[in-house]
Amino acid sequence: MSQTGSNPGTPADPAHPAPAHTAPPARALPGHGEAHRHVLVAIVLNKPGVLNRVASLMRARNFNIETLAVSHTDQPEVSRMTLTLRGDDVAVEQAAKQLYRLIDVLKVQDVTSDSTVEHEIALIKVRADERNRGEVLTIADMYKAKVVDLAAESLIVEATGSEAEVDALIALLRGFGIKELVRSGTVVMSRGTGSIEEAVKR
Amino acid sequence: MGTRDDGPDRTATRINHMPGAGTARADAISAGRHEMLTDTLRKQIKSLAERGLKRPRIGADAVCEALLAQGVDLFFGFPGGVLLPLYDVLGDYPELRHILVRHEQGASHAADGYARASGRVGVCLGTSGPGATNLVTGIGNAMLDSVAMVAITGNVVSSLLGKDAFQEIDITGITLPCTKHNYLVNNPNDIPRVFAEAFHIAATGRPGPVHIDITKDALMGACTAEHPATVDLPGFKPNFEGNYRQVKLAAQEIARAERPVILAGHGVLIADATEELREFAEKTQIPVAHTLLGVSAMDETHPLSLGWVGMHGWKHVNRAIQSADLLIALGMRFDDRVTGHVPTFAPYARIIHVDIDPAEIGKNVAVEIPIVGDVKRVLTALLPLVPAVEPESRAAYLTELAEWRVESEKTPWHGSGAWRNGQLSADFVVCKIGEATNHDATIVADVGQNQMWAARYAGFRRPNSHISSGGLGTMGFGLPAAMGAAMGRPDKETWAIVGDGGLQMTVQELMTLVQDHIPVKIALLDNHKLGMIRQWQELIYAGNYHSSHLLGPDWLKLADAYGVAGFRATKPEEVDAAIAAARAVDGPALVHFMIAEEQNVFPMMPAGKGLSDLLEEQFEEPKQ
Repeated sequence: MSQTGSNPGTPADPAHPAPAHTAPPARALPGHGEAHRHVLVAIVLNKPGVLNRVASLMRARNFNIETLAVSHTDQPEVSRMTLTLRGDDVAVEQAAKQLYRLIDVLKVQDVTSDSTVEHEIALIKVRADERNRGEVLTIADMYKAKVVDLAAESLIVEATGSEAEVDALIALLRGFGIKELVRSGTVVMSRGTGSIEEAVKR
Repeated sequence: MGTRDDGPDRTATRINHMPGAGTARADAISAGRHEMLTDTLRKQIKSLAERGLKRPRIGADAVCEALLAQGVDLFFGFPGGVLLPLYDVLGDYPELRHILVRHEQGASHAADGYARASGRVGVCLGTSGPGATNLVTGIGNAMLDSVAMVAITGNVVSSLLGKDAFQEIDITGITLPCTKHNYLVNNPNDIPRVFAEAFHIAATGRPGPVHIDITKDALMGACTAEHPATVDLPGFKPNFEGNYRQVKLAAQEIARAERPVILAGHGVLIADATEELREFAEKTQIPVAHTLLGVSAMDETHPLSLGWVGMHGWKHVNRAIQSADLLIALGMRFDDRVTGHVPTFAPYARIIHVDIDPAEIGKNVAVEIPIVGDVKRVLTALLPLVPAVEPESRAAYLTELAEWRVESEKTPWHGSGAWRNGQLSADFVVCKIGEATNHDATIVADVGQNQMWAARYAGFRRPNSHISSGGLGTMGFGLPAAMGAAMGRPDKETWAIVGDGGLQMTVQELMTLVQDHIPVKIALLDNHKLGMIRQWQELIYAGNYHSSHLLGPDWLKLADAYGVAGFRATKPEEVDAAIAAARAVDGPALVHFMIAEEQNVFPMMPAGKGLSDLLEEQFEEPKQ
């Protein structure tokens, strides 16, 4: 057994002469850039099992969905999904392309860098009694959150806003003791007159 | 208080243990359980009219009509309880030939082989539960190799879905990630539409398997729906025409390149673009390398045919890739067996990547010029844009490749057929089969060393004459796929080149060959080893041979027991006669080639290494 060839493309390697006219470009492995949060909007057919197909694909392709919100659109046969996930640009582009392969997916758009309105809703049950209730209310007020339920030792804050805003509010309320927390996941819509739903493939 | 042990107490209240007893849902479940055993629905419909043409049309009829409407004349299946309504009407459709396999995996591989050999959609059928799960390996194989297939399964009566009924499994859940699309049909009137969609999806764009699961009540129920002439799939619009701007860019790159190489994949064969490929290569004088599934995309005797690339490809081809300044990748997906270590793959080359699946662009390898489209149409658009190149202007390049080729192909024992100590060498056997069949037979490989030898040495001249399990690497694929290939191209001789490990996985299909008179010739390369496992253990695991030695039966006795003609060759001089004897048989035949036990496939790119890091055989002079 002999092993031929060592470092490929080394000019000294007679088996693999480098063409004179060109320097080797970097053969990049796709998808090793910096990971950050992406927001994808998927317009899908409103059929049983579509959510399962999307979730199964993301799992099989090793993408981790952070949030997922699904609802009908104004067209009864069409649903809209908003997914947030972490990954580099290439990896998320690959996720979007893989989603496109699903027969029931009409359109996928990465709106991360678009100008959008982005909201989620959170219900936060916080410990608060007569001694610190005022403090909680002040914080909630500063984040334009509403108190939707009040009990002797707790209250429920309903907050809406971007994921970052909700994160910030939760961080402040954590000091009082969060008994329960539910978040809807982000929904997003591009600003301006353009419509992703009008642009679907049909 | 009296006990009830001494018999039913007529005065006590009887208890109905049916959950939700009395509700419509509970009644439906009870009726469903009854239905599974008695087929009353079917009987009621039958009783309405006498059997024959006047009987009412049921879901099973719609299945048969849909298959015929899609041009299917043959499919592979195995019956089961929930499929009985379908088998009950099959006899009324004599134009539909059903081939009874011995295991559902055989049905799905046969449908795969049929599809690849014929270019049509392969169809397989299995019952609910184990029948369906047995199909899955073949479905996954078709998915990874982009083969147009429709897999049909039966399922329990729809009111029993989710009740863990007898032979119930969530098969659409299982096939979801390994199909292009799948359906669960529980209404007979959905059958015509679903079949039309399924065949369209399976065969259009990048082909793939589509699975249709049909509940027993849908097969039995009355069907009034007509077969649609068109399908409406707003989410399925493959892009066939390459973007013209990109095509023009590609033409500019090609005009500039000094050491270009074409890398042809399965997509060339699927798109039926072999003629366009040859024309393009001839006009531009660019040598054509191919992937494992691209074998037979170009006549190997063509002067511009370079050969097979990758882990067990030819060294001269890998060298050409590594020194190329431009790769034109057509209908291939840069599998890890092709690229090896990506950062060192084709380090001087810019890459044009043509594929119909946008998700393949940039998935494994970053490319400079992506073109999403059908290979045939892209090549047709590209051809007038590229300058015609005189062979003389590439003379230095092509001569160098030719020199590399001479060096790469020299194998001292090859001509004699005797590997070390006079033992029969596998490559010699494969070479002889290629010669004997005039390189026109359909050659179907199993998986492992036999597959690599088949692809390297048989010599392929006719498109789609090479069938191999590439992506999934499914041992046991060879025999059943050859069965399908022989049915798909009955005008061509079909040879299965298999190892003793793979053949033992699906050997029961020998009986199908006999029962249905399918004239597959089987070349069994028997080294009493799981050869590729043994090779890796030798080269990578320091000779720690665990579980790679395996016993086989007395193959001639086994063939005889099945009623298959059997022949044996143990020495090089017996090979020609054994092949001739098998070819002379009218029907299936098996040739048992007892090959050297330790012959390896070389060169070999170790996993994780690059195309320049090939392991090669240390030549030993044959002992006289």
